[in-house]
Amino acid sequence: MAVVTFMSHDGEQHEAPLEEGSSLMQVATNNAIPGIDADCGGEAACGTCHVIVDPAWADKVGRSGTEEEEMLSMNPERQPTSRLSCQVKVCESWDGLTVQLPEFQM
Amino acid sequence: MSSERAVVVGASHAGVQLVTSLRQEGWSGDIVLVGDESALPYQRPPLSKAYLAGKCSLKELAIRSEDFYVKQDVERVTASVQEIDRSAGELVLGTGDRLSYDALALCTGAHPRRLRAEGADLDGVHYLRRSSDVERIREDAIPGRNAVIVGGGYIGLETAASLRSSGLHVTVLEAADRVLERVTAPEVSAFFTRIHQEEGVDVRTNASVEALVGDTRLREVVLASGESVRADFVIVGIGIEPTTELAEAAGLAVDDGILIDAHARTSDPDIVAAGDCTSQDIPRYGRRIRLESVPSAVEQAKVAAATICGKDKEVAALPWFWSDQYDLKLQIAGLNTGYDDIVVSGAPTRDRDFTCYYLRKGEPIAADCVNRPRDFMTTKRMLTQGTAVDMAALTAEVAV
Repeated sequence: MAVVTFMSHDGEQHEAPLEEGSSLMQVATNNAIPGIDADCGGEAACGTCHVIVDPAWADKVGRSGTEEEEMLSMNPERQPTSRLSCQVKVCESWDGLTVQLPEFQM
Repeated sequence: MSSERAVVVGASHAGVQLVTSLRQEGWSGDIVLVGDESALPYQRPPLSKAYLAGKCSLKELAIRSEDFYVKQDVERVTASVQEIDRSAGELVLGTGDRLSYDALALCTGAHPRRLRAEGADLDGVHYLRRSSDVERIREDAIPGRNAVIVGGGYIGLETAASLRSSGLHVTVLEAADRVLERVTAPEVSAFFTRIHQEEGVDVRTNASVEALVGDTRLREVVLASGESVRADFVIVGIGIEPTTELAEAAGLAVDDGILIDAHARTSDPDIVAAGDCTSQDIPRYGRRIRLESVPSAVEQAKVAAATICGKDKEVAALPWFWSDQYDLKLQIAGLNTGYDDIVVSGAPTRDRDFTCYYLRKGEPIAADCVNRPRDFMTTKRMLTQGTAVDMAALTAEVAV
């Protein structure tokens, strides 16, 4: 089974199965991953599902879109590979993907 | 091992977050989530948008997958709750069964305020709160038909946008002198009125409903002015009322919502509550407020779960809201109650994006941001952190 690892700010790791077609946010919330708030349920309205994709995976996962970019741009924890996980559709071929969670979701 | 049982009454946004947070906070006992709808708990905001427009299935709106409840060992029970027997520590379900609890959380939500007018019980008069409501509306919502929306608040305007986009003739009736009168500045009301008119919606203000007329089925809406509006069906969106009967009957303190403190405790410290059913002391505002929003429900649920697990957490997040209409995404940071001035960035009388900042004694307290996610995030962050908001910097890009 293909697995993604969510790494918290203080290094705690949580694994979750990658279900083809789900958003990365759904993968997180369906597996009770702490640190993904997802207040708006996946509408790119709240910015509380921010993840930082392992740079080695950035091309596969893809870069942020225009609206997503605006939501992320003022975030002090923003990194070049930051994404809103609700805007990332996952593939089962991404086994081994690692994403970092910011210290704060806001 | 603990064999204690936490029972959560109400299986919507607050209830689902509460069971999630209970596990995250380390609750190792049983968890039972009781709801009176049989479907997997679903997201309500899309009901007036994508679900009404037939663009997604209920399954796609699930807040958590079926698998989640299995993995987190959360038992879902479909039943109404008739009574809380506090002395016995038991719930009496609609099925007659009794369910004991060691910890109890009330997430009973809210229900639409009913329209008080002659003919309000005719066929073709709808409310919009549950998926089953929308399924009935969809049967009536055939392109070319005449839909009348009673109430120019967010739910009314979102519904108008969805139906208009689906090719119906839509009239919005607002009793006040402008739409969104209770929640926004006149400039923002004027903007939404203009957009809806440009999209072909007939927006009527100062329009109180006198009667709904038809034989068994609705035919027209008669206004207090004597005018009548042809209607194949009506959707009433004139606000919601907190669902508090259960709490009241159990003797909990209720005043326009189940009263909870900053830790989400009700007047019985062993019972917590979260979501639209509550009225809460919010430290940020120094007063009691009943918020109608998913983010607030989620925030309160996290706090309520921590309280059940004996941890000290207070509601701290800034209230925020959002609304989608046509291609417009409105994001609202903070509560504008008590504002004495506004600053508008952009040209709301012409464009489809702008931000309206609300100020009190010169200090920004909230912002309505239309298609301006950057303004929203900036304001949300500044208000959350309590840092001084630099209005000059925020509105620097106004010049066009």
